[in-house]
Amino acid sequence: MPGKPKSSITKVTGSGSSPAGEVAAGPSRVAVRKTYKLYIGGAFPRSESGRSYPVTGSDGTLLAHAAQASRKDVRDAVVAARKAFPGWSGATAYNRGQVLYRIAEMMEGRREQFAAEVRAAEGGSPEQASAQVDAAIDRWVWYAGWTDKWAQVAGGSNPVAGPYFNFSLPEASGVVGIVAPPESSLLGFVSVVAPAVATGNTVVVIAAPQRPLPAVSLAEALATSDLPGGVINLLTGSVGELAPWLAGHRDVNCLDLTGVAPADRVALAVAAADTVKRVFAPTGFDPAAEPGTARLAAFTETKTVWHPMGV
Amino acid sequence: MTVFEYAPAPESREIARLKPHYGIFVDGRFSDGRGEAIKTINPATEEPLTEVAEASADDVDDAVTAARQAFEPWAALPGSVRAKYLFRIARAMQERARELAVLESLDNGKPIRESRDVDVPTAAAHFFYYAGWADKLGYAGFGPQPRPIGVAGQVIPWNFPLLMAAWKIAPALATGNTVVLKPAETTPLTAITLAEIIAECDLPPGVVNVLPGGPAVGQAIVDHPGIDKIAFTGSTSVGKMIQRSVAASGKRVSLELGGKAANIVFDDAPLDQAVEGIVNGIFFNQGHVCCAGSRLLVQESIHDELIGALHHRLRTLRLGDPLDKNTDIGAINSAAQLARIRELADSGVAEGAERWSPDCALPDRGFWFPPTLFTGVSQANRIAREEIFGPVLSVLTFRTPAEAVEKANNTPYGLSAGIWTEKGSRILWMANRLRAGVVWANTFNRFDPSSPFGGYKESGFGREGGRHGLAAYLESENYLAR
Repeated sequence: MPGKPKSSITKVTGSGSSPAGEVAAGPSRVAVRKTYKLYIGGAFPRSESGRSYPVTGSDGTLLAHAAQASRKDVRDAVVAARKAFPGWSGATAYNRGQVLYRIAEMMEGRREQFAAEVRAAEGGSPEQASAQVDAAIDRWVWYAGWTDKWAQVAGGSNPVAGPYFNFSLPEASGVVGIVAPPESSLLGFVSVVAPAVATGNTVVVIAAPQRPLPAVSLAEALATSDLPGGVINLLTGSVGELAPWLAGHRDVNCLDLTGVAPADRVALAVAAADTVKRVFAPTGFDPAAEPGTARLAAFTETKTVWHPMGV
Repeated sequence: MTVFEYAPAPESREIARLKPHYGIFVDGRFSDGRGEAIKTINPATEEPLTEVAEASADDVDDAVTAARQAFEPWAALPGSVRAKYLFRIARAMQERARELAVLESLDNGKPIRESRDVDVPTAAAHFFYYAGWADKLGYAGFGPQPRPIGVAGQVIPWNFPLLMAAWKIAPALATGNTVVLKPAETTPLTAITLAEIIAECDLPPGVVNVLPGGPAVGQAIVDHPGIDKIAFTGSTSVGKMIQRSVAASGKRVSLELGGKAANIVFDDAPLDQAVEGIVNGIFFNQGHVCCAGSRLLVQESIHDELIGALHHRLRTLRLGDPLDKNTDIGAINSAAQLARIRELADSGVAEGAERWSPDCALPDRGFWFPPTLFTGVSQANRIAREEIFGPVLSVLTFRTPAEAVEKANNTPYGLSAGIWTEKGSRILWMANRLRAGVVWANTFNRFDPSSPFGGYKESGFGREGGRHGLAAYLESENYLAR
């Protein structure tokens, strides 16, 4: 693992765009820096590979070294997601809604930190960064409200021509592999993760490689939000290296390629066909727009149950 | 005990009005396909029924061009006009129901009782159901003005030839798409006759095109750049090939693939009803059913009693002439399928399971396989893992509901499942945990146009039937259910 060049460290501490914790620290105090790690099964491990990679801000300054996840980390994350699936998909929709709302509460208390990290990653004005954080928090609230509505909107009873009671319900598809969009480090990330978990899926998500730090800090909010470990598993590193393992993994049910450039989607979609994965690859992605229901639909299956009526 | 023999009650094959020659249907006209002409045979006798001129790649081109030209005017028609065409088709199918049923049984080998009572009426009902949607799409939950996708390429299997054609064509047309349909190589006749009905109903030329042919024609449809959506029903292996093929093209796709359904019988189940449900689950249509209840999971305490009851019931099944109204089990559809069933059944014996069939005289000619029961099956056996697509039932046991769920879900498939118990709360508990798109509780193999059908996991994605079935044919970022 390469050590940090000394010049970079000086640059970071002297830079106004460095993470919030360091800004708050006065010149007389040496700041306690954060190690940005993975989030797998409710824990924060480093990559099993021992690798990391430098993450720079919009102005080119070194922000931190993020963990560079490996194939083994992908597999560990899928195992954690699969393990968490029965509990999370089996929880009541009300309970899932409260957990999602709790995530919003946890983020609300750390708005300043998230805004500073978003700004460090993406540049722009403080107002723009704050607006993104607020929208990300509100997105959790939006999906918190969806958890116990989706079955009513997407399901229903079917008037079959016979003495049967017949109804259809949406159910979570299982483990969803997601590549988060690069454009929006926090709102974009929340916009792809929240709809998948709202309906009871568990998730393995690869954060945007150039701007992963706000997502890692979000994982800290997740860890304190009553979200069961393993429901959301976060990997940082190279999409080109990690995504193929996710696409080909036999225990992954769905693949969300929002964060993958169209030219790179084909190979992943081909790999996904080996296990008939549901592939969601939207053209165009505007995290600022109202999300609609496409993402809820993309990762739910319709189950139809028949029972005879009689005495 | 006196046994009364059944007198034969065969339907006349004259009713099918077989023609000496069938062709392709493109742009509103019937013609000879430019592919090889093949003889389609009666699987119950191996005798040639008629000749079918198959499509070539050029015919696929022509059909896609015709469908493309027909698309905009068809989509622009008021929904109420499209509805009337579909209602017409439903009625015309009902008028010719007996002819279609006999034709289906001749070409496919399925008992006339099934083609007459299930395939044909359900196919007509499907058109009737989706006809009613055509002018109400804005109320279906897919936005105020949902748009059709374009030209749909549809590839269907041989197990329910007419019914699958209806499942594909009806929702596609109701939503304003046009269609290029390829029936299965061994069972093209009812789809071509449906094309005849569609022509008689005066649908605009090119809205529906029917191309009989083999895998090459299917591949040409899947790969054709002029097609916007692929709908496929068939094996999981072919489904994966299709999903790979369309990965680069941006075509929409829906897949209804294989299954290995668990039919789960608890110790408190109404045994006689369960036996009927098990028999219907696996021997309906000779087991050529993707959602067949091919794994019987029996609670250990009633295993012997249930197997005894099944033996008794299986001895009464009548196998033979598909056109005889008394027949329960017809012919296997093809020599290739028969070979596959035999191979898998032999593997069951080789892997240590115990094989049983009732005394059952098989006709000398044609493709036949007796109803077969395997007991002592382990989850690792091929007959417990692979789709046999034949009249072969693998019996496994369980002790607790949790174990039943574990075993039922222990498969890459997830199309259907069955539960037999008198305890309502247990039904709902089980139904909640079974990873399958259709769960039949105290019944099995029921189908209805209003009831969404389709799989979890490697049984495919997308739904056919019901409001959900519209989504597969609507262009919508905001679709409500896959």
